[in-house]
Amino acid sequence: MAYTTKVIDHYENPRNVGSLDKTSASVGTGLVGAPECGDVMKLQVEIDEKTHLIKDAKFKTFGCGSAIASSSLATEWLKGKTIEQALAIKNTDIVQELSLPPIKIHCSVLAEDAIKAAISDYLKKSKEIKTA
Amino acid sequence: MKFPIYLDYHATTPVDPEVLQTMIPYFTEIFGNAASRNHEFGWTAEAAVEKARQQIAHFIGAHEKEIIFTSGATESNNLALMGVAEMYQEKGKHIITSPIEHKSILDTCHFLEKKGFSITYLKVDSYGQVSPESVRNAMTPQTILVSIMAANNEIGTINSIGEIGKVCKERSVLFHTDAVQAVGKIPLNVESMGVDLLSLTAHKIYGPKGIAALYVRRRNPRVRLTPLIYGGGHERGMRSGTLNVPGIVGMGKAVELAQKEMSEEVPRIQRLRDRLWEKIQENLDEVYLNGHPTDRLPNNLNVSFAYVEGESLMMGMKELAVSSGSACTSASLEPSYVLKHIGVGEDLAHTSIRFGLGRFTTQEEIDFAAEKVVCIVKKLRELSPLYEMVKEGVDLKTVSWAAH
Repeated sequence: MAYTTKVIDHYENPRNVGSLDKTSASVGTGLVGAPECGDVMKLQVEIDEKTHLIKDAKFKTFGCGSAIASSSLATEWLKGKTIEQALAIKNTDIVQELSLPPIKIHCSVLAEDAIKAAISDYLKKSKEIKTA
Repeated sequence: MKFPIYLDYHATTPVDPEVLQTMIPYFTEIFGNAASRNHEFGWTAEAAVEKARQQIAHFIGAHEKEIIFTSGATESNNLALMGVAEMYQEKGKHIITSPIEHKSILDTCHFLEKKGFSITYLKVDSYGQVSPESVRNAMTPQTILVSIMAANNEIGTINSIGEIGKVCKERSVLFHTDAVQAVGKIPLNVESMGVDLLSLTAHKIYGPKGIAALYVRRRNPRVRLTPLIYGGGHERGMRSGTLNVPGIVGMGKAVELAQKEMSEEVPRIQRLRDRLWEKIQENLDEVYLNGHPTDRLPNNLNVSFAYVEGESLMMGMKELAVSSGSACTSASLEPSYVLKHIGVGEDLAHTSIRFGLGRFTTQEEIDFAAEKVVCIVKKLRELSPLYEMVKEGVDLKTVSWAAH
């Protein structure tokens, strides 16, 4: 399969690889996909308590080059965004930016799911703190 | 070193320069139709074809009249199965095979099922071997054919063809073997192995593409086949069509070279293959060999690199031409059916890489390949959430994954 230069760039120089402290109240973690399906993404966001902006985002991905590129791109886009803006990121935006072929669209869907999962984990945590 | 390094010799091989030289005159000067019985052009072409037929027959312990030329191993496999099925259906409509055969066997079997034949797909063990006992147990009075590959194209596992042949002889059931990957790698003899039909192809043994053969036993028993292709009655009526003389000459030469080189080439390639596997094991944890550790083709290495997806692996080592059992590399998005049937979990199937070594593989290339693989696996494991979780002590089997 021929990849676009953007996919290759993200694959060769993935942005924001790593892990944030998943026990921290300001960190939301999303883990989506399954090893049996050939792709698993872990995406984390750290929210600034004062500005409510995403101040950091990290990922680790098991999957093909397009899956790695989709999650790498997602972390790049997330930084500095509000929660609402983050939730507005659509898989089609990723498809367009990386020029993913139809057979790789599921990679972008997974990245969108990972964003939503990370944010919802953060929101769940902050709600628990408020009610506690 | 020339890049990329070709390590996909199971897929195809380059034509040996010596083979090419032998073929060239047959395109231009000696261009006759081997079926032209009335002039010099035809006679010379026919003589060349008959020489190649002898070379091929000799290589597998057969008589030259038992070699039928076809367009490729897919046709040879189709002809063996369909030809026997059609010819012997009065006797019975049951065929025995394995679920890890090449698609040219499996797809033909599916077609025959639609035509009212019943097919038994024998279970293979975790190495991909068919037990002769299971062949015996699956036989019924309706069984007309057993088709089991000599060696598997993905995992390189070699079957006990001689033992299976014996079982078939006991029950007087015809036995076909797809020996495409085995030819030139392990000794093959249709007499001692009790084989009645055998498929082989030129392009896996440094011959040209588009030419292959089917061995069809002529005595004890005489195997008859209904042809797939009708016409001028070439190849004892089993396969009509003008013979591909340059291809046939090339195949003959390729077989001659294989026979000559085998005793030196096989141990050399096996040493390189073992070297590659040792280097991988020395430098990486959680790597798993797929297929049999010893009953395997000397040029095959199939490894699962846990927690690293196959396509991303290949993307990181563009200097190496290899193949993967990962779903992402197949059009169907399904991981390898061969790995599935030997019980490799889908998680590990996605991480598998097949290395196929060959005549032109050097130690320098293998050392480079080993280093490259180790480096890229380490890099991708740094990126892998699964590797991280396992290192943290998480049992991945207990995680409830959101399948998509």
